[in-house]
Amino acid sequence: MNVIVELEKPLLELEAKIEGLKKLNETQRVDFSAEIRALNEKAVSLEAEIFGSLTPWQRVHLARHPRRPLAMDYIAKLDGFVELHGDRTYRDDPALVAGFAYLAGVPVFVLAQQKGRDTKENLYRSFGMAHPEGYRKAARIMRLAEKFGKPLLTFVDTPGAYPGIGAEERGQSEAIATNIKLMTGLRVPIVVNIVGEGGSGGALAIGVGDQILMLQHAIYSVASPEAASSILWRDSGKAEEAAQRLRLTSEDLFEFGIVDEVIQEPMGGAHRDAAKIVDVVLAADARALASLLRLSPQELLDRRYEKYRKIGAHEEMVLDRAAR
Amino acid sequence: MPTPNWLRRRSAKPQPADDKLWEICPSCGERIFIKDLDARLRVCPKCGHHFRLPALDRIALLADGDYEEIAENLTTGDPLGWSDRVPYREKTQNDRTKSGLLEAIIVGFCTIEHIPTGLGVMDFNFRGGTMGGVVGEKVTLLVEECARRRVPCVLVTASGGARMEEGMIGLMQLAKTSAAVERFGELGLPLVSVLTDPTTGGVSASYGFQGDIVIAESGAAIGFAGRRVIDQTIRQKLPEGFQTAEFLLEHGQVDMVVRRADMKAALANVLRFLSSKRYGAAETVRPKSA
Repeated sequence: MNVIVELEKPLLELEAKIEGLKKLNETQRVDFSAEIRALNEKAVSLEAEIFGSLTPWQRVHLARHPRRPLAMDYIAKLDGFVELHGDRTYRDDPALVAGFAYLAGVPVFVLAQQKGRDTKENLYRSFGMAHPEGYRKAARIMRLAEKFGKPLLTFVDTPGAYPGIGAEERGQSEAIATNIKLMTGLRVPIVVNIVGEGGSGGALAIGVGDQILMLQHAIYSVASPEAASSILWRDSGKAEEAAQRLRLTSEDLFEFGIVDEVIQEPMGGAHRDAAKIVDVVLAADARALASLLRLSPQELLDRRYEKYRKIGAHEEMVLDRAAR
Repeated sequence: MPTPNWLRRRSAKPQPADDKLWEICPSCGERIFIKDLDARLRVCPKCGHHFRLPALDRIALLADGDYEEIAENLTTGDPLGWSDRVPYREKTQNDRTKSGLLEAIIVGFCTIEHIPTGLGVMDFNFRGGTMGGVVGEKVTLLVEECARRRVPCVLVTASGGARMEEGMIGLMQLAKTSAAVERFGELGLPLVSVLTDPTTGGVSASYGFQGDIVIAESGAAIGFAGRRVIDQTIRQKLPEGFQTAEFLLEHGQVDMVVRRADMKAALANVLRFLSSKRYGAAETVRPKSA
């Protein structure tokens, strides 16, 4: 069960009540405006109370909220999106959407991980977990982007790469490894949006770029809190503690220099005003792209290399002393 | 085999913690005298099962003689202030004692059948060979230095993937090392990866499978997702030999499967061929520099 869905229930009930009163106000002779004003104030303070200080674990759930805008919601607001299908080898993977479009008049190739809204769609989209053929379709699009000199715009939202027999047989590791390497050397601007869940290597396989934007309540993690819990604590019940420690929030990643820009969400999360957040994200993308387009391909590559080169952490020690 | 100088200089080679004399082969159940096992490159004399090989032994196996280690003093701090059942600093300190290494990889230069080569070797005894900031940095430094010296690069992997205790800093090492490999590739120099038991997750999803040639050691477990994760997700019985080197060969994922005893010769053979006289005058191919 999504903890945010539970948490926001009283707020949604209150908002429904306000809507009801507003309707009455329009149709009846009695004036409810004072009541509506009072309830509105209550709603605002309730919203602040619920969402004012979310824990990392609650933010994990906010990132997975069933009504959170999905990649295709952003893509739908691009101009003239045309979907391109297939890896030319095995099949078309619906978990990874590819195509081209125009962003503020700039032609771009687009890659995105797409989750489903309901069970049926989630089964079709494998819950946004791509197979090797999905990543190979993405690789094909990356090469097209370079060949035709078009920037690449990506939307990351995946629990991770699909873990399964077929995925392993067809080389999940190789597919991801190839994409990461390809993106580090791609001679066109790459703008990455972490919009929901950034799950490990499966996210990074379309997530290497020049400008990494992350929604305030998106998460991006080396492993899901659930996986970290069972691996490190050997106990599947420690996911909440893992979420606390993994430093997977947008603020953490901005601090580490892994994310370049954090996009603020409406109070309560992107799903509370989906139309607005889509506009805000695409406007930020257009700005990022405009400044990257001023750089030469070589400047882009040098900048990108430096960006990743400096992410790390180490100390020095002399071995003999260390071992004693 | 006489102990090479570089190995003698490393005074911290660990001593066995207990007085264990025997090991049981996990494959056939044979009781093997540890001295015999070491003399046979840690391969079971009865069934040929390859036990995991510590990094220093691997280097001794592959290098002709001397090994010039670089970045040997790099060690891990604790970037996230991590603690789970045990604090991260305590874990790495235990790993240092257990493995005699400062981190899960040794990088440096040597010759392999007289071919000058950069050689990085991972060690599963240190944090399950996981890649955090130090492993990522050392791989990157090795690849960059190989580019500077214009020599091939060999990476021998043994890893459970990205290191969880360093969070996203761990994951970002995939991008960092990949960027170095990508640049290195522009020089037309060979990068060969040797996947040993086990190679999974973030290391197989970066330089593990980015080699121009990918060699797998006999019997090694290789894959992206761990068996347990796959089990939990699909709840299906996994096929016989799933995620073994031989399984990957059959599915077209690796160029060859090589037994430990033949590894040096096979590796040298590949390096010699890829470094041989090239057609055309250009020393570099497809340079991306302006």
